Amino acid sequence: MKRRDAVRSLLKNRKQLLVVAGLGSTAWDVTAAGDSPLTFPMWGAMGQAAMMGLGLALAQPKRRVLVITGDGEALMGLGALATIGVQQPANLTVVVIDNERYGETGMQKTHTANGVDLAGVARACGLNVVDFKNLGKAIHGKSGPNFAAVKVEAEKIPLVLPPREGTLLKARFRRALLGSKADSE
Amino acid sequence: MWPEGIHKELSAAGVRLVGYVPDAGHKRLIELCQADKKMRAVVLTTEEEGIGLAAGAWLGGQKSVLLMQSSGVGNVINVLGMVRECRFPLVTLVTMRGEQGEFNPWQVPMGQAVRPVLEAMGTVVQAPASAEDIVPTVNAALRLAYNSYASVAVLIPQRVIGIKSFQDQASR
Repeated sequence: MKRRDAVRSLLKNRKQLLVVAGLGSTAWDVTAAGDSPLTFPMWGAMGQAAMMGLGLALAQPKRRVLVITGDGEALMGLGALATIGVQQPANLTVVVIDNERYGETGMQKTHTANGVDLAGVARACGLNVVDFKNLGKAIHGKSGPNFAAVKVEAEKIPLVLPPREGTLLKARFRRALLGSKADSE
Repeated sequence: MWPEGIHKELSAAGVRLVGYVPDAGHKRLIELCQADKKMRAVVLTTEEEGIGLAAGAWLGGQKSVLLMQSSGVGNVINVLGMVRECRFPLVTLVTMRGEQGEFNPWQVPMGQAVRPVLEAMGTVVQAPASAEDIVPTVNAALRLAYNSYASVAVLIPQRVIGIKSFQDQASR
């Protein structure tokens, strides 16, 4: 599977979905699928994408939250899966786009290229592991926390960059989600 | 007692999410937050997770607080970069070790580095000098963070926590 096709299909008809994208290739993937104020693409804080998703899911229990991140990013914050497993947020889905490579630094192999099974880790932490064909339904409705590791080709593809400024990304997200409350609180 | 006072301040400020790494100095405050039906206490595997949690919560319109010991400050350095770049409001309550009368030498290097490390990453550091100063300092930190979009850490002095030995710590 090609990563951009996978991410585009997950974000098709995204409706009210709130999206956090991990730094690097997955931030470019979500942007290639169509930039949105309700997407928070990360440019740093490696390892924190799933935790950002947890914070957002707990703050917005009536909205569905999707984290899309890479295997290297997820490996840097493996403990987050344990923390999510304890909290059991019903509205959160974490998807790892797994190309078994560190794409931004020279395509070095990650642990998943050497047998580490992220879905197995997630399952052991108490997340519902979903396969790709059922992922759309899980994102929009299945009681979570849901997890999928989607194996994709290791390919070098053109960068599609979201806005970079952190304050802009934060403010546009909050305004789109909270309306005028974003500025009054 | 200051843990009760802090809990009241958090509650009054509308804090509903409490990220924490278990710590002897924060034991009472953690229990109060866990017992509070309006709060959700989220146990973390490392302090770094608490930064992502707080940032995500703020994206969703919710105020939070992060509880850690001084050793945890070392675990959050890089991700404080996101807090600064995005101007996420953040309140961190740090119980100090490696300070006055420390009995574990391994706590001293990080304990002594807490203030310069936090300040280097753009966090405002407020250090109440006595037990009576703690609650008003937390009140001010909450206002500074959430009215002015600042990252603020309150350092709760080791002298106030008063754990004097491994035996003392284990018995609490």
